[in-house]
Amino acid sequence: MNAERIGILTGINGNMATVEFKDHVMQNEVAFIAHNEERLKSEVIRVRGNVAELQIYEDTKGLKLGERVEFTGELLSVELGPGLLGQIFDGLQNPLPQLAEKTGFFLKRGLYLEALDAKKEWEFTPAAKIGQKIKPGEKLGFTAEGIFEHWIMAPFILKGQVEVAKIAGKGRYNIKHLIAELKDENGNIYPVTMSQSWPVKVPIACFAEKLRPVKPLTTKIRIIDTLMPVALGGTYCIPGPFGSGKTVLQQLISKHAEVDIVIIAACGERAGEVVETLREFPHLVDPRTKKSLIERTVIICNTSSMPVSARESSVYTAVTIAEYYRQMGLNALLLADSTSRWAQAMREMSGRLEEIPGEEAFPAYLENRIASFYERAGLVRLHDGSSGSVTIGGTVSPAGGNFEEPVTQATLKVVGAFHGLSRERSDARRYPAIDPLESWSKYASFIDEKEIKKAQAVLRRSYEVKQMMKVVGEEGTSLSDFAIYLKGEFIDDVYLQQNAFDEVDAATIEERQKYVFHALHGIMESGFNFKDKDSARKFFQGLRQVFIEWNSSEWQSDGFYKKENQVKEICKKYITA
Amino acid sequence: MQKIYNRIIQIAGNVITVEAGDIGYSDLAEIYSGAGKSLAQVIRIDGERVYLQVFAGSRGISTGDKIRFLGHPMRVSFTENLMGRLFNGAGLPRDNGPKLEENMVEIGGPSVNPAKRIIPRKMIRTGIPMIDVFNSLVESQKLPIFSVPGEPYNELLARIAMQAEVDIIILGGMGLKYDDYLFFRDTLEKNGSLSRAIFFVHTAQDPTVECLLVPDLSLAVAEQFALQGKRVLVLLTDMTNFCDALKEISITMEQIPSNRGYPGDLYSQLARRYEKAVDFDTAGSITILAVTTMPGDDVTHPVPDNTGYITEGQFYLRNKSIEPFGSLSRLKQLVNGKTRKDHRVIMDRMIQLFSDYRETLEKQSMGFHMSEWDKKLLKYGRAFEEKMMDLSVDIPLEKALNMGWRILAENFEPSEIGIKTEFISEFWPKR
Repeated sequence: MNAERIGILTGINGNMATVEFKDHVMQNEVAFIAHNEERLKSEVIRVRGNVAELQIYEDTKGLKLGERVEFTGELLSVELGPGLLGQIFDGLQNPLPQLAEKTGFFLKRGLYLEALDAKKEWEFTPAAKIGQKIKPGEKLGFTAEGIFEHWIMAPFILKGQVEVAKIAGKGRYNIKHLIAELKDENGNIYPVTMSQSWPVKVPIACFAEKLRPVKPLTTKIRIIDTLMPVALGGTYCIPGPFGSGKTVLQQLISKHAEVDIVIIAACGERAGEVVETLREFPHLVDPRTKKSLIERTVIICNTSSMPVSARESSVYTAVTIAEYYRQMGLNALLLADSTSRWAQAMREMSGRLEEIPGEEAFPAYLENRIASFYERAGLVRLHDGSSGSVTIGGTVSPAGGNFEEPVTQATLKVVGAFHGLSRERSDARRYPAIDPLESWSKYASFIDEKEIKKAQAVLRRSYEVKQMMKVVGEEGTSLSDFAIYLKGEFIDDVYLQQNAFDEVDAATIEERQKYVFHALHGIMESGFNFKDKDSARKFFQGLRQVFIEWNSSEWQSDGFYKKENQVKEICKKYITA
Repeated sequence: MQKIYNRIIQIAGNVITVEAGDIGYSDLAEIYSGAGKSLAQVIRIDGERVYLQVFAGSRGISTGDKIRFLGHPMRVSFTENLMGRLFNGAGLPRDNGPKLEENMVEIGGPSVNPAKRIIPRKMIRTGIPMIDVFNSLVESQKLPIFSVPGEPYNELLARIAMQAEVDIIILGGMGLKYDDYLFFRDTLEKNGSLSRAIFFVHTAQDPTVECLLVPDLSLAVAEQFALQGKRVLVLLTDMTNFCDALKEISITMEQIPSNRGYPGDLYSQLARRYEKAVDFDTAGSITILAVTTMPGDDVTHPVPDNTGYITEGQFYLRNKSIEPFGSLSRLKQLVNGKTRKDHRVIMDRMIQLFSDYRETLEKQSMGFHMSEWDKKLLKYGRAFEEKMMDLSVDIPLEKALNMGWRILAENFEPSEIGIKTEFISEFWPKR
């Protein structure tokens, strides 16, 4: 397929084009449509006879019949190498700040830039030796990318074992510079540079084995870590109607999660939200590394007004970058917001292809695509025995806030944790608005299981009493039931809810969660002797006040212990045993 | 290269099909029929068959009519002369002024590079406590008013337009009743705001397709002014009519509908317009306030539902006031920390208590015994409705906050409402 293969544009319908070609085309290969000076990127998505159907990653205004189409023979790929961290890319891995330098306020179609700075030099330190046999994905040497050792690995595309034939000495090279040569069994030589390209829709699987995710990933969001935790290498989803706080929750997690690398895929959502991340992160300090948060973050940003087809590729671009860092033995977290927009992009294209629609006009392969996307997460053991992980958290924006719709249902089948947001809770300003009773997780928490069970029982019982009270009223409820109701509300108010605007309360570290939850457990286990319902309510209102102040006092500071003692004092008055 | 064609091979709905060559996608054409001249836009090319969406509708078009392709997409004139002018959905004068044809700019232009956006930081004060205190409006925000037909949404829109501190107001009317169009015109005229306003109004009696162009025309003009450093407020009413026009076209084009007949790309279509709201790094800004009427008061209807996912919050208009639940300004955090330090405390706590009040109301209506606490809540809730929610209340933010403390103090003890001691000692009104 070396000869230049071309085709002729024969039809345009929205972002889909039909092209007549001469010899051969490959499914999913990238093609460029030449329109005057512009070359518009597109991808072959169906072939019928000598007609190929292409999805165009750009606005199609002005395209004309008979325009020339060049097929490249390459699948849609991303460039992997040092310099990804801190970058802001669009769905096709164009660096947005550099685009802005070239074209100003507006995006210009048909303009594609190198994802990585080819001129920048990186200090390379070799680790492999000449004659050493290595597998694809094994380490050749490293360079420092901010706070990380960025490993340069044998190209993932190689098969079987190869021998290191040549390797560069310690020195400064750019990413296009040859740093090694690898020889396969047949004596073929493969040149290696510090960057490599990889097709986004193919998972990188250069590891020894996939392991079961067991270690909790601390998000510092109490309700998640305690009641419905996420594991390193696991998957979770956040469905919720609009306005219930999906994006805010993702933003909080992107700031506070205890992982090495965070990849944010803003997929078909508001540009304004990405801007907040973009402008804030360089100034926020990661408490773990004492460096700016942006140094551990990659942003893939294909917001809702950007071309729809690139939205579909953006989640794949994001997950491929996450997998790349996993290969280095790092823990990467991919936050996709929102997977529904990605699914809608598929639906739009499927409609243009006139495929027979499934439920709500989504294509029949929706479930399959969602499953294979989430399956790219995982904890893996690498060939050198170390481990790395990709954790995927996706928001879902169900139509009408109804979880019965196809995207939510397909997602629930494959994820390990479900953080369902409820309109009821967000209306009552109970943030994060994760429903504590409906949500679940298949992963284990770092909090003692018995204590969790107790809390869950109290919450459930409290909810039942609350529902009952709606029918029989407060006067028809016994004092003991009423106390349980108040206990449940209390747990909700002081532990499950968290004030994102309070510097201290916004993020709770593991130790503190254990400590405070244990104290809370003590209160749950206690019996109280209230003389009537009003005094019970007064007691919990007072206790809540102090407890919330305890939450916003710095961990292990004087104020912290002072508030803790106050909590104990208040409890003493009423506790019976 | 303006060729003339006269082979119309299909007329279906407002879409006609012509055999023609060398036509650009999205280009405009003029159709000369017995009924006069109408604009049309290419919406699909399939070999020699070119599908055109006729702005004035296909009624009266004959298969022998002449079609002239203009070789460019829809454009709008952008000059200072636009100020105070009224246009229809095709960009033609609705007043008796001259047609504007200089400095034509394309509509529906490319998206703003997210890297060139800045975090919005300026609050737009409206004098309405339910907005200023509880859901502050922010420059460059896109916010719809969700409402059932019959609520005074256009009145609210007009009031915000007149009171908001912006340089230019652009009204995009879609399927507007003629009375409402006159209402906007007269209200702004009386207030003296008409000279800084531009109208693109499609009224209910105009051809459907023209409705589709209104947001793009309004926003293209807004964008040009914003680039010149102006702060522009775009009012779009009613976006549900826009969506219904989209539905009509997509069904004519035999697209598979996704939900209640609406096209699968409804979200993207809406997003492309709403995302024009922007605060430019070194220039002006566009703020969008839109009305979305909810058929049957159903927020899960595809139009309000998709809108809610795009916009930065929403106001619910119900029983002639802005409903505290569900109403949300997502950008309020960017500004309400800089107003007065008790702003957020008042905002959060008053709403939580109001939520408790609503629960109590429910209990009361079922005839349950009212505890001491319930009685307090009832009294509080009524005061809140009267002094905060009523749309006739017109006071600046600071006064509204003081009012909030007063309402709290009149109804509760400080220890009952879970506000941090430091705020209580500073703001709690002394008896």
